[in-house]
Amino acid sequence: MLWLLGIPLAGGVIQAVFGQHRRASELGVALSFATLVAAGVLTARIIADGPMLVFGEQFFIDPFNVFLVALTAFVAFTTAVFSRPYMRIEEHHGKLSAQRLRLYHSMYQLFTFTMLVGLTTNNMGILWVAMEAATLTTVLLVSLYRSPASLEAAWKYFILCGVGIAQALFGTILLYFAAERTLGTGGNALLWTHLDQSKVLLEPTVLSLAFVFLLIGYGTKVGLAPMHNWLPDAHAEGPTPVSAVLSGLLLNVALYAVVRAKVLTDGALGTHFAGNLMMGFGLLSVVVGTFSLSRQIDIKRMFAYSSIEHMGIVTFAFGMGGPVASFAALLHMTMHSLTKSAIFFAVGHAAQKSGTQIMESIRGLIRTNPTIGWGLALGTFAILGMPPFGVFTSEFLILTSAMHEHSWATPILLISLGVAFAAIFGKVQPMVFGETALPRLPHPPAILPVFVHLAMVLALGVYIPPALAEWYRQAARFIG
Amino acid sequence: MPNISAAWFDQIISLLAAILLLISFAMLSQRRILSLINLFAWQGAVLSVSTATVAYTAGLHHLYYSAAITFALKVVALPWLLHRLIRKLNVRWDVETMINIPSTMLIGLALVVFAFNLAQPISALATGASRHTIGIAMATVLLSFLMMITRRKAVPQVIGFLAMENGLFFAATSATHGMPMVVELGIALDVLVGTFIFGIFFFHIRETFDSLDIRHMEKLKER
Repeated sequence: MLWLLGIPLAGGVIQAVFGQHRRASELGVALSFATLVAAGVLTARIIADGPMLVFGEQFFIDPFNVFLVALTAFVAFTTAVFSRPYMRIEEHHGKLSAQRLRLYHSMYQLFTFTMLVGLTTNNMGILWVAMEAATLTTVLLVSLYRSPASLEAAWKYFILCGVGIAQALFGTILLYFAAERTLGTGGNALLWTHLDQSKVLLEPTVLSLAFVFLLIGYGTKVGLAPMHNWLPDAHAEGPTPVSAVLSGLLLNVALYAVVRAKVLTDGALGTHFAGNLMMGFGLLSVVVGTFSLSRQIDIKRMFAYSSIEHMGIVTFAFGMGGPVASFAALLHMTMHSLTKSAIFFAVGHAAQKSGTQIMESIRGLIRTNPTIGWGLALGTFAILGMPPFGVFTSEFLILTSAMHEHSWATPILLISLGVAFAAIFGKVQPMVFGETALPRLPHPPAILPVFVHLAMVLALGVYIPPALAEWYRQAARFIG
Repeated sequence: MPNISAAWFDQIISLLAAILLLISFAMLSQRRILSLINLFAWQGAVLSVSTATVAYTAGLHHLYYSAAITFALKVVALPWLLHRLIRKLNVRWDVETMINIPSTMLIGLALVVFAFNLAQPISALATGASRHTIGIAMATVLLSFLMMITRRKAVPQVIGFLAMENGLFFAATSATHGMPMVVELGIALDVLVGTFIFGIFFFHIRETFDSLDIRHMEKLKER
C-alpha cells in the first residue's frame, strides 16, 4: 500500500531532477512497472482477504477500487512504454526540448500518484483534493507543446474543470454538513466507510442537493454532456500519451467518485434519485458524443468524442444499478480503458507519420507501417463493439439489462451505437487502407502496448476467467 | 452568560457574512485590476476573522490553524503573488467586461435571490448563525462565477476563480465548523499550486498571443 503511493510520488521528484537525462524514459518505464507490481500485490491481498482499512482508516480498499487501481497501474505502465519511442520521435521532429521532457516525465508520475490517492482514499475530502491535483498536473501536460492551440485547450480545461471541481467541493461540504449531524464533528464524518454505515440516517434533502453538486462537479471531469466542452480540446492538443491516460484513466477515476457519492445518496434517500440523474446525464452524453462524431476532421478529437459516448454508456449503466448492470459497467470501464488507450497509441504514431492530425491527410497506414495500420483497424473494430472483442460483451449486457428495466432507453442506445459505427468506421477505413507516399517513422514505433491491450480485450471478449468474474461480481455488490 | 455571548458571536458572524457579500458585489463592479486584487485581499481578511470567530465560539482549535493559513495564503501570499505578476506583466489596464456593469449587478441581485432560495432546505436544518450564512456563501460562489463569465481578460478571471474558492471556504467554516484538517490543508495546497500554475500560464499566453485577452483563445470549436 505504502509502495503503491510512494513509488509514483518519489518518481515525480526523481524525474523532476533527472528528467533531462537521456535515459529518463527508461526510468519512467521502470517506475511505472514498480507501481504496477505494487498494485498487483495489493490486488492479490484484497482478493484473498477482502476489503481492508489502512493508516488509521484514512485509506480504504475494497474490490471496487482495487480493480480500478490495478487497471490504472497497468495502463499507466503501458503508456509509459509507449511514450518512450513516441517522445523520442517528437524530440526528433524538434517539437519538444529536453526540459519539456523533464516536465513531462515528472508530471506523468505525479499524475499517476494523484489518481491512485483518489482511488484508494477513504476520505471524501481527500478524494476532492486528489481530483483537483490531478487536474493541475494534467493541465501542464496538455500545454506541453506550448502552441497557441494547446495553450487554449489547457486554459479551457483549467477553467472549466476548476469551476466544475469547485461545485464538487461545495457538494462535499454539504455532504459533511449532513454527516456532521449523525457522525459528529471531527475527522471521521467524511470517511466513506463511516458514511456508508450510517447512510440511512443522513438528511435526505441535504444529501440530494449535495449529490447534484457532486455529479455536476465530478461529471465535468468525466466529460458528461453538457459539461464536456473541455474534453475534445484537451485530448486533441495534448501529447498522445496524455490523451491515452486522460481518456483511459482520469475519466474512470472521476466516474468512480460519482459512483461513491451515488451509493451514499441512494442509501440515504431510499429512492432511485441519484441513479435516475446519472442515467439522464449518461444518455445525453451518449447522444451528444455520437452525433458529434461524424462532424470531426481531427482524428484525436473524433476519438475524444467516442470517449464521451462510452463514458455516457458506463454512467447510464451505473445509474441503472443492480448486479448485472453494475457488472457490465465495470467490464465496460475496463474494456474502454484498454481499447481507447490502444487506439490512442496507434493514432499517435499515425499522426506523427503524417505530420498532422487531420484525418484526410492520414492515408494508407497499412502500406508503410502495417503494424500501426492493423493496430488502428483492430482497435476501431474493438471500440465499435464488434463481436469477438470484450466491448461487445459489456455493451450487450448493458443493452439487455436496459431492455429489462428501462426499455424506453434501448432504442436511443442502439441508434447511437449504429451512428457511431457508421461515423467512425467510414473515417478510419481510408486512413488504414488508401494510397500514400509518406516515409516510415525515424524510430521504430511502440507497437507492443497496442497489441497487448487489444489481445486482452479480445481474450476477455471470448472468455472471462471465473476468478475475474467473481471479482467483478464482488465489486458490483459493493456498488449495489 | 454563555448564551448571551453565543448570540453576540452569531451576530458577528452574520455581520462578517454580510461584509463578504458586499465585497463580492464590489468586486463585480470594480473596473481597475489593482483594486480588484485589494478587494480580494480584504475578502480573505474577512474570511480569516470569521473563521477565528467560529473557532472561538465553538472552541475548536484546528479552526485557529485554518484561520492562520487563510490569512497567510489569501491576505499575504496570493495578493502579493498577483501584484508581482501584474507588475511583471506590466498590465494595469482596466478590466474589460462582456456585459456592462449595471446589468451585471442586476444579474448578481437575481443570483443572490436564487442562492437564498436554493439554501432554504439546508438553512431549515441549521442552527444559529449558519442559518443565514449558507445562503450568503452560496451567493458569493455564484457571484464569483458570474465574474469569471463576464470578464474578458485572464487575470480577472483567475481572481474570480479564487474568490469562488473563498466563498466555498466560508460555506465550510460557517456551516459545518470547518472540514477536517487534512482536507483543509490539501485544499490550501491545491489553491496555492493552482495559482502558481495560473501565473506561469499568464506568461505563456502572453508570449504566444501577445496579449492576455482571452478573445484570442476562441479558435478551438466545432466547425
